Amino acid sequence: MKEDKLIIGGREFGSRFILGSGKYSLNLIEAAIKYAGAEIITLAVRRANTKEQENILDHIPKGVTLLPNTSGARTAEEAVRIARLARELGCGDFVKIEIMRDSKYLLPDNNETVRATEMLAKEGFVVMPYMYPDIYAARDLVNAGAATVMPLAAPIGSNKGLAAKEFIQILIDEIDLPIIVDAGIGKPSQACEAMEMGAAAIMANTALATAGDIPKMAAAFRQAIEAGRSAYLAGLGRVLTRGASASDPLTGFLRD
Amino acid sequence: MVSINGEKVNADGMSISEYLANTSYDLKKIAIERNEAIVPKAKYDETVLCDGDSVEIVNFVGGG
Repeated sequence: MKEDKLIIGGREFGSRFILGSGKYSLNLIEAAIKYAGAEIITLAVRRANTKEQENILDHIPKGVTLLPNTSGARTAEEAVRIARLARELGCGDFVKIEIMRDSKYLLPDNNETVRATEMLAKEGFVVMPYMYPDIYAARDLVNAGAATVMPLAAPIGSNKGLAAKEFIQILIDEIDLPIIVDAGIGKPSQACEAMEMGAAAIMANTALATAGDIPKMAAAFRQAIEAGRSAYLAGLGRVLTRGASASDPLTGFLRD
Repeated sequence: MVSINGEKVNADGMSISEYLANTSYDLKKIAIERNEAIVPKAKYDETVLCDGDSVEIVNFVGGG
């Protein structure tokens, strides 16, 4: 069978599970990455302090691609500052743009995200913008030089699942970039469904961080994402508009 | 006074290298911005802090 790779910014990934590292303890990160089979992990940039002895980088195996986010940014300019700092930290050129002005629902600001994408793509970043699933914004992101488009499934951290399903499907159908479903995915079945729809990958954090057993849930997500991907590649069976269709031969015994 | 990560510090006239020498930051794991512009590691020696400067010292933390 032909190898099925996710390609972002010219780099190939075997895993379609992008793992968040927020809200759980550093010593669980290594196990979560292992059980998730993740090859990309997201990080945030924050003020350093001299009291903490441990750094998250000590817990991430070599070879895992770091995907810093721009959380905390409220404008494109702030996102650019954070992205530049992240690159200065020596993690490569990948950046997940996250710009929010709304502190209640934490919804991404698509306009600022398009502006930041354009600025950062010009600086050579591999730009992965987190966005509200809107076709016009997605097209603008493509034109601005995005490497992927990352629509939310539901409000961030909500574990509510594919609330925006119809609109994500439109992006999958219309946008020629990997569509990575980010935010709101709460359980493996939802990740599987998004993959069946043709999403290129799933990003999850809170679903794991708030689970009873983080490494076990990481493994469950991995299996669900792989199953959904296989189902997508296989091509789902059709759905009847009405009626039924027998699975068994209707003749050959008892009746002619 | 220089504002470093939001705190007023008397570091006027010090280079960034001199300031860091008195702290326990792991230099391999931080990045520094002065007045909203990146200061590359190679310029820590020659970048002298002035009264009113605003410096941010950041690192990676867990995030989604």
